[in-house]
Amino acid sequence: MATVRTRRAREALTGLAFAAPAVAVFAVFMFWPLIQVFWISLQQTRGFGIAKWVGLQNYQEILSDKIFWTALWNTALYTAISVPLCLVAGLAAALLLNRRMPARGLIRAVYYLPAVISGVSSALIGAWLFNEDIGLVNRVLDVVGLGPVPWQSEGVPALLSLVAISLWIGLGFNMVVYLAALQGIPREVFEAARCDGASRWATLRRITIPQLGPTTFFLIVIGIINSFQVFDIVYVMTGGGPGNSTTMLVTYAYSAGFEQRQQGYASAIGVVLYLIVLVMTIVQWRVNKRRDVA
Amino acid sequence: MTRYRLAFAITGAVAMLFPVYWMVVTAISSSADMRGPGLHLWPTSVRWENLTDPLSKFPYGMWAVNSVFIAVVAVVLTVVINLMAGYAFAKLRFPGRNVLFILIISTLMVPVQVVMVPQFHLVVDFGLIGSDWGVIVPRLAEAFGLFMARQFMMAIPDELIEAAQCDGSSQWRIFRTVVLPLCRPLIAVLVIFTFMWRWNEFAWPLIVLKDPESYTLQVGLLFLKNQYGQDYGSLMAMSLLSMIPMIIVFALFQRHFVEGMARSGIK
Repeated sequence: MATVRTRRAREALTGLAFAAPAVAVFAVFMFWPLIQVFWISLQQTRGFGIAKWVGLQNYQEILSDKIFWTALWNTALYTAISVPLCLVAGLAAALLLNRRMPARGLIRAVYYLPAVISGVSSALIGAWLFNEDIGLVNRVLDVVGLGPVPWQSEGVPALLSLVAISLWIGLGFNMVVYLAALQGIPREVFEAARCDGASRWATLRRITIPQLGPTTFFLIVIGIINSFQVFDIVYVMTGGGPGNSTTMLVTYAYSAGFEQRQQGYASAIGVVLYLIVLVMTIVQWRVNKRRDVA
Repeated sequence: MTRYRLAFAITGAVAMLFPVYWMVVTAISSSADMRGPGLHLWPTSVRWENLTDPLSKFPYGMWAVNSVFIAVVAVVLTVVINLMAGYAFAKLRFPGRNVLFILIISTLMVPVQVVMVPQFHLVVDFGLIGSDWGVIVPRLAEAFGLFMARQFMMAIPDELIEAAQCDGSSQWRIFRTVVLPLCRPLIAVLVIFTFMWRWNEFAWPLIVLKDPESYTLQVGLLFLKNQYGQDYGSLMAMSLLSMIPMIIVFALFQRHFVEGMARSGIK
């Protein structure tokens, strides 16, 4: 009896010791900041001067802050265009590359390659390709007789150029996840459909896409959460411009906190962002749970 | 049908590669060629000034050294921390294990921008502003790697560990001689992904690093963008240089990337 107890106690001690470094860094650099951000969001700080307690004033300011609402709208619009595009393109690529073909591994790797290129480098390519005056996209559009498009001087084209780069970056991840999911669909289902004389299109619509439902749902949630955090490509490619037409929630929070040095206000924006992401996570969790029960 | 598929797939691959190809063309062409009239999709002459000019004017070598230092130190520390914690959360019973694990995993969804102000205050308080360590330390809290480590180690049979225990080995010894040798695929994935995240990271080093000499490559590229304006030749050349380590890692461990990503997706 005593030996069992001492062995348990020793296991608990070693367990704590093994987990200790991770728990320490998470406690200091994650859990504590997550508590503190609420605290800081109730203060007014200008520069690095002493913080002043202002209660909910930052949140009140957010409600009447036009730029905040613009940023929220831009983020939502960017998400609404970019997520479905990446999803459809990723699915198409996965269906295309699921069959045997020569050099399949290499072709898959090429589709995935942009995902390992840094956001800054991707944004620089984007800024160059979509340069309004001398960029390749406008030159080609000019030759075809469709251009030039004001990619840098008007809001909607600027947002679309960001979407194009996000598609280039995000397609590979969606493809890889869909490819893995396609492997999981039992072969018999497809064979049965073929025996019943189902067309390719019917098989895709009635079998493949419904079978991929959980994967699609997962990719939508991950896509939305990632899109709400898009920073690197926006900051480097458009800098939120022209005007504030591509300012996103996170670039606005960054500029409030570290360019205008209103860290209380930036934290309040952070808290709002946190709540948005939290709600989406809870939705995902509940849907998954319901599906597991069903 | 198969032929059409292949044609489609190759067209797609060409489209995906084209931006990188265009970077190369821009990097080796003179800026006059790129601005001049007429549309060329290939280089008309090869010049190296886009490479030599920025390298002689800006501390690019320092940025590369900083990036390598930050990525290597961060990878070593993060992977060790996550392997140890993964073992504890997967195989050892201790009080508070489940609560701690859930708390750590819940930070997966937290956007960096939510905690950047408090994290910045911490880095200031620790006196790490402007230093490589200020970039490295807050990012050691890496929930995704910890999650992958725990999932992988759950699959290791308990009998192996118990057998080693009966031989009288200490837990540390079991971890080193029994568990880690079984974790090679896991370690590969953790190293590759952590390296990629740290090498490509931009927002946090932008906040922490103030002096241009202390920049990483990613922050340095933004600095160059502001210096060169519309002259994209040098910018593309420097951007390409900064991508080389990542592209080599990807070419070597491409399978691990794809498998790691797919695994994160299925769950």
